[in-house]
Amino acid sequence: MNPVNYLYLAAVLFAIGASGVLIRRNAIVVFMCVELMLNACNLSLVAFSRMHGNLDGQILAFFTMVVAAAEVVVGLAIIVTLFRSRHSASVDDASLMKL
Amino acid sequence: MSFPLLTATAALPAIGAIATAAVPAARRTAAKWLALLVSLGTLGLAAAVLVRFEPGGDRYQLTESHAWIADFGVRYELGADGIGVALIGLTALLIPFIILAGWHDADPLETKSSRWRPTQGFFALILMVEVMVILSFAATDVFLFYIVFEAMLIPMYFLIGGFGDRAHAGSDENAATQRSYAAVKFLLYNLVGGLIMLAAVIGLYVVAGGFSLPEIAEARASGELTMATNTERLLFLGFFFAFAVKAPLWPLHTWLPNAMGESTAPVAVLITAVVDKVGTFAMLRFCLGLFPEASAWATPVVLTLALVSIVYGALLAVGQRDIKRLIAYASISHFGFIILGIFAMTSQGQSGATLYMVNHGLSTAALMLVAGFLISRRGSRLIADYGGVQKVAPVLAGTFLVGGLATLSLPGLAPFVSEFLVLVGTFARYPVAGIIATFGIVLAALYTLVLYQRTMTGPVKQEVSKMPDLRVRELAVVAPLIAALIFLGVYPKPVTDIVNPAVEHTMSDVQKTDPEPEVEAAK
Amino acid sequence: MNTENMIALLIAAPLLGAVVLLCGGRRLDRTGHWIGTLLAAASFVVGVVLFTDMLGRDAEDRTLSQHLFSWIPVEGFQADVAFQLDQLSMTFVLLITGVGTLIHLYSVGYMEHDERRRRFFGFLNLFLAAMLLLVLADNYLLLYVGWEGVGLASYLLIGFWQHKPSAATAAKKAFLVNRVGDMGLSIAILLMFTTFGTFAFGPVLSASAAGDTSEGKLTAIGLMLLLAACGKSAQVPLQSWLGDAMEGPTPVSALIHAATMVTAGVYLITRSGAIFNAAPDAQLAVVVVGAVTLLFGAIVGCAKDDIKKALAGSTMSQIGYMILATGLGPIGYVFAIMHLVTHGFFKAGLFLGAGSVMHGMNDEVDMRKYGGLRKYMPVTFATFGLGYLAIIGFPGLSGFWSKDKIIEAAFAQGGTEGWILGAVTLLGAALTAYYMTRVMLMTFFGEKRWQPDAEGNAPHPHESPKSMTIPMIVLAFGSVFAGGLFSLNESFAGWLEPVTAFEHGHPPISAGVIMTATITVMVLGIGLAYVQYGRRPVPVTAPRGSLLTRAARRDLLQDDLNHVVLVRGGEHLTRSLVYVDHTLVDGVVNGTAASVGGLSGRLRKLQNGFARSYAVSMFGGAAVLIAATLLMRAV
Repeated sequence: MNPVNYLYLAAVLFAIGASGVLIRRNAIVVFMCVELMLNACNLSLVAFSRMHGNLDGQILAFFTMVVAAAEVVVGLAIIVTLFRSRHSASVDDASLMKL
Repeated sequence: MSFPLLTATAALPAIGAIATAAVPAARRTAAKWLALLVSLGTLGLAAAVLVRFEPGGDRYQLTESHAWIADFGVRYELGADGIGVALIGLTALLIPFIILAGWHDADPLETKSSRWRPTQGFFALILMVEVMVILSFAATDVFLFYIVFEAMLIPMYFLIGGFGDRAHAGSDENAATQRSYAAVKFLLYNLVGGLIMLAAVIGLYVVAGGFSLPEIAEARASGELTMATNTERLLFLGFFFAFAVKAPLWPLHTWLPNAMGESTAPVAVLITAVVDKVGTFAMLRFCLGLFPEASAWATPVVLTLALVSIVYGALLAVGQRDIKRLIAYASISHFGFIILGIFAMTSQGQSGATLYMVNHGLSTAALMLVAGFLISRRGSRLIADYGGVQKVAPVLAGTFLVGGLATLSLPGLAPFVSEFLVLVGTFARYPVAGIIATFGIVLAALYTLVLYQRTMTGPVKQEVSKMPDLRVRELAVVAPLIAALIFLGVYPKPVTDIVNPAVEHTMSDVQKTDPEPEVEAAK
Repeated sequence: MNTENMIALLIAAPLLGAVVLLCGGRRLDRTGHWIGTLLAAASFVVGVVLFTDMLGRDAEDRTLSQHLFSWIPVEGFQADVAFQLDQLSMTFVLLITGVGTLIHLYSVGYMEHDERRRRFFGFLNLFLAAMLLLVLADNYLLLYVGWEGVGLASYLLIGFWQHKPSAATAAKKAFLVNRVGDMGLSIAILLMFTTFGTFAFGPVLSASAAGDTSEGKLTAIGLMLLLAACGKSAQVPLQSWLGDAMEGPTPVSALIHAATMVTAGVYLITRSGAIFNAAPDAQLAVVVVGAVTLLFGAIVGCAKDDIKKALAGSTMSQIGYMILATGLGPIGYVFAIMHLVTHGFFKAGLFLGAGSVMHGMNDEVDMRKYGGLRKYMPVTFATFGLGYLAIIGFPGLSGFWSKDKIIEAAFAQGGTEGWILGAVTLLGAALTAYYMTRVMLMTFFGEKRWQPDAEGNAPHPHESPKSMTIPMIVLAFGSVFAGGLFSLNESFAGWLEPVTAFEHGHPPISAGVIMTATITVMVLGIGLAYVQYGRRPVPVTAPRGSLLTRAARRDLLQDDLNHVVLVRGGEHLTRSLVYVDHTLVDGVVNGTAASVGGLSGRLRKLQNGFARSYAVSMFGGAAVLIAATLLMRAV
């Protein structure tokens, strides 16, 4: 199968993830969408690796997975604490990033 | 290698500043004495510089040179010419008086906690300013000069913003707003100037490949280094802008009245008598020394701006209601004279301008410090709140009058000598400019005498009727200044001897000769 | 001791007095006035010693010079502290120190009850030092120092009673108007420097006389010197300060504003004679100024009821005579100086007399509230009377000799100019006789019109103490005899000739006719005054008077003109400049700051803290970057 098709799939996944981040309010879902985007990137990295015939892309994909795992830990912890204090997981409820 | 006298002169107040700042809160008086002693020690070192300096010798003496940032050719390079030596002497002379005059200006208010240490900070900052000013008069490396030129702003900012004049008309809150406005304005003006200068400094490095002033000047004179006309003009403008803000030259002057009005009188003296001199000094040393052709190109515009400063500053001084702002505008007028003398490009004009820097420092210090004593007694800066002080405090009024007479350049007092030299030097080359400048002497009489008349004469106002006369400490501040004004007015030779050779060097930098008189009268 | 080295002593003595008295503090309050008087007298003694020494030498060999030190040594510029004592300076030295000492003595009594008497004497000594510096300097720059120094002393002394706002204002006005004149002097010095490369008297004057430079330059220098003279000598158009200067204590008016300082302009022009001789246009201007002021002062003097202001008008007018004479060139210089000296005697005497009258009349100055004082103050009356006779030019007295010569010289100018000047000087003589007779009659004759002062004390006129009458008597002697003595064998002209040059004028009509005319107009003036003020009682409140009288009371509207043009105009100018500085110059800067602030305020709104809006901007940014990259590739 032509590896370009994987790139198309990755693009579609990325678009789905991105629109999910923008549209959904639930922090958990937003988080899942971020993961989806990361995995779309992983998919395209692996596809590139295959197309160019070297392993750089696959190594990078591993890095991404490690970072994503770390991110999940921190991110979920934040969401849980937010939910505890506000009894809601809506992203729009909190504008805490504003000074 | 000989003893690094210039570094020592700058290092002593630096160490003193740190020591003063470290004095515990309760030992306030000790901090004051420490600062005073350090400034007197610095004066001693400056005197040593004056003694060691040989007027007829090399252009830059007491030189020191050490590698600093080797990658960019930045060196720690100091050296004093006659003009720098005279101004180092002025700075070292004035700081003890400033400290003595501000003895109680930074005493902590009762309401604050006991750990609050404003006094220590106040005197440490004054000493820090002294360090930077002395270094900028001695630096012969352009980059080093730039660093100290900018670093000066930090202690000045805190001095203006942190230690305001307690005699503010209006509420405390209003005073704080005004003060922080003045401090920020001071900082912004000077930072913008400094930023543009930084661009020019970098540009100079690109063109000349180094920062050493004597080397660049020599390379230019011998023809090894040539600059394209436009490059030279742009670089000149970059430097000149920073110095014109600092000096200050019209229309970049508006920070000065705010800064001088809101700060305490000693700090106001520090601004106008010491810090601002760096601007005019740097015009003479860097603008004329590095860019002679561009200086000649810019002369007509600069002279015009200087004339506007003279007349405009004097007219605005007449219209002021606030004593300190009046003196600030008078200073703007005087800076116009200094810049006029520098850019007239005659020996008399430049000697006069240098002498003017010294004399203006002394005369403004005398007038402003007495005004500060007056203001601290009544608690108001408004001229209208005074009247008849002469009757209750004759010595205060007398010294105020002498300071005023020095400001209006009365013959016999030092400023006359320098003002007349500037006029002679300007008139020889630009008669019309010379005549316009003489209007300044009439206006100077107007604002000074109006100030004196409204505050000191007439019926005694109720509020001033209990005003005490000058105390011993205050007299110790004013009397030496007045003595110096009279001495240099009658016998300015000690200063002119130091300044003249340096001026000749500058004149050869710009490749100008004095205009010849029409008739060679029988001598 | 070498006599040349004594010149500096002349100045040093009063200068020492000024320093000691002004810095000495309260401890000298009880002795200060005597210290001041003694040092003034010491200066006079030195002057007399130098004078006798000078008389002992040949006329050509009389100029002494003393070089003290180099004052301002700068490349291409030489200013020295050096003195020159020639016959002209000597004349002034004797006048200044002589009259000065007498007036010090007078002030001991006059200022007896003033708590600040020590300072008064300090200022008087300062004045003497500055005035002596002015006449002894050997270059124009040092002269300028003395010139401004006397201005300062005059400022301090006019405003001596500073608690009076009128005195403080008058002092300030005098200094300011003088500064305008000083500007002229400084421009003249600048011109000299660029023309001759020096401003020492010797080279400048000899080069001018030799015609080394163009007449235009010399005319410019001359006109600037004239401006300076106008300021110091209260000549039109800078005369307005002198009347107000009468706010000062009367001895000050006598010494500074009658006998010495105000004549500095005459000295300046005479000293610069070589310049004026080579610049006829400048000379013409001098003559015109003198002639106009002569009439101006006389008219003002006719209308004033304040005795000191009437005398001030007279001073202005008499100095107008002197200035006019200096404008005539070598035929006039000598007579200008001669009139200056005789005027120094009689006008100082008149002012001291006026002071003595005020002393006895609770400091009342309005002559309408005097009257009949001759019985109560016989010495004052006698000395004032002699001064009066001298000033109106009564035959045989000092004023007659000097003024008559000026009138002759004016006629001798020749042509229409000569006739006009002659007529003006004659008219001036008539007016002098009129206003002085008026003063005399209103003060010493007629019935008593005394009024109680503000506190209700009725005046008890009495003769003044000896310390005041003795100087008046001495000055009266001078008023009577000096002129005759000077005219004997033309001794005064011979004395000054080596300095100022002297030519005999040849008036178109004989000297006898002129003398007769002078005496006739004098009698006419006296007669008119007698008819108006001697025969009829003098009303205590001034009548409204004619238009001219009212204008003259207001100094011929000069002050109103100054007020409208300079004061009001200046106020508007400064006020609008303060506004411009605040709104425009400062406004540009503040405006820049405000717009930066506003922009950042708007940008801040983007940072709303919502995660999703940040995400949008991130995606948007990424999209833009990618689009830009692709676009760059495509291009």
